[in-house]
Amino acid sequence: MIEVKNLTKQYGSKTAVNNISFSVNEGEILGFLGPNGAGKSTTMNMLTGYISSTSGTALINGIDILEDPIAAKKCIGYLPEKPPVYGDMTVREYLNFVYKLKKSKLPRESHLAEICELVKITDVQNRLIRNLSKGYQQRVGFAQALVGNPGVLILDEPTVGLDPKQIIEIRTLIKRLGKHHTVILSSHILPEVQAVCDRIVVISSGSIVANDTTDALARNLSADHKLVVRTEGNSEEIRKLLSSIPGMERVHVNREAEPGVWEYFLEAAQDRDIRRDVSKKLSSRNYPILMMRSNELTLEEIFLKLTTGDTYGTAEKYERTLDKHEKGGGK
Amino acid sequence: MLAIMKRELLSYFTSPLGYVFIAVFYLFSGVFLYLFTLYNQSTDMGSVYTGMFFVMLIMIPVLTMRLMAEENKQKTDQLLLTSPVSLPRLVMGKFLSAFCILLICVMIFVVYGIMLSAFADVNWAIIWGNIVGMLLLGSLCISSGLFVSTLTENQMIAAIGSIGINIAFILVDSFASVMPFKFLQDVFYSLSFYSRYNEFTIGIFSLSNIFFFVSVAFVFLFLTVRVLEKRRWA
Repeated sequence: MIEVKNLTKQYGSKTAVNNISFSVNEGEILGFLGPNGAGKSTTMNMLTGYISSTSGTALINGIDILEDPIAAKKCIGYLPEKPPVYGDMTVREYLNFVYKLKKSKLPRESHLAEICELVKITDVQNRLIRNLSKGYQQRVGFAQALVGNPGVLILDEPTVGLDPKQIIEIRTLIKRLGKHHTVILSSHILPEVQAVCDRIVVISSGSIVANDTTDALARNLSADHKLVVRTEGNSEEIRKLLSSIPGMERVHVNREAEPGVWEYFLEAAQDRDIRRDVSKKLSSRNYPILMMRSNELTLEEIFLKLTTGDTYGTAEKYERTLDKHEKGGGK
Repeated sequence: MLAIMKRELLSYFTSPLGYVFIAVFYLFSGVFLYLFTLYNQSTDMGSVYTGMFFVMLIMIPVLTMRLMAEENKQKTDQLLLTSPVSLPRLVMGKFLSAFCILLICVMIFVVYGIMLSAFADVNWAIIWGNIVGMLLLGSLCISSGLFVSTLTENQMIAAIGSIGINIAFILVDSFASVMPFKFLQDVFYSLSFYSRYNEFTIGIFSLSNIFFFVSVAFVFLFLTVRVLEKRRWA
């Protein structure tokens, strides 16, 4: 159980985290989502007592991390962005060290063996950590967070540096751990959060811009009355044709998807289903519909909308900047 | 605390640092023993201890430079500082690991004593007194070195910084002699490490000297804890 109330962190005049509040219940996995530099790691460092907050409180299982740090830290397993492993130790030595550092009371041999099995590092136990690949080091870091079986797991980008198979394994593991633990997981990879988390907090430049379940977030921001249609034929004529549909508010010719085939963004009045009308109208003039989908936003688009206020067009805008830059360089 | 100490000791001996440090310490003490004691056909090791004063002030920063600097650089301090370990215990663990290495080094003087006692009578009280003196001076250097190491993430800066502090310790005497007022002179002389250490080498085992070294070491350890604490609040 984690409760964060009005947490703020200022570095001089720069506000890294601005007045955020949220809570995570036991058996829940919270995805902490945001672009680079949004304040994800800072928040996690405050939750784990690595740095202090400028104002506000963070309660771990009801214990204030600043009031009674030792008791609060006992409940936390933390995997920082960079796994805090010592290159000059073997995996087993390292886990033994962490075991003693956390003053765990669990039976040592069986507990550590179980953790190694969970994150699949049993076969590298006797190797020096500095000789392990990035993925293995990441998993050793993960193992470290699990030592002592803490009730709260705080994982800062846990799948960075892993190959696709390992990513799936770690996600499955986190999901399983999430049934009995309180888990916060940060990421800037949306499918990951979508796959693993029950609830998502989106953070952008230090503030929370959304806090909802994964499905609700997608539902609220999606738009059934918006369609994307591809059809073959003269784009100007089709645009006029589509505009004549009653209730149609906007027809935007997006781009030529294939030679002669154009893509249109259609926007009707709220709560108006225009799919049948569009289909009838186009077939009456023998324009074949090659694709039609409702413009339901993917999590990526929701993310962009929340953090930049723009749904699509970010990539195009960036391309334009690049073009300008290239032209400037060519002079 | 013991876990941290054990880890640091392990790390001294998985890298060549621990071995090299001990070997060089033995080398210098051996050379001094030959030059000042054996060559003069005496059992008085007073000059050997004096020589070790400078060796320790220069060498111990090498022992302490990576204690915290390396943690800061590799971000492993995140593990230590988010573990349920209090800061004084963390600092003590670090201190004790370097102290253990120092203990291994200084115990060579027991061997020298046994060796000399084969040829003539040896005053063991003076030898033990000096071993304590070296351990006290060493503890002071370790705590000042640990303090500097906490301030930076660069080992070289940590080493050079603490050598600088140690040289300042040596220079206290020279400053004292040029002080215009009797009062200031007395203050500086009472801070002099060299004269206090020197009393050990001539066989004076004074409680006030022991108290001096222990309290200065304590001040540096305290400052180290404060620096770690401050970083949390910064």
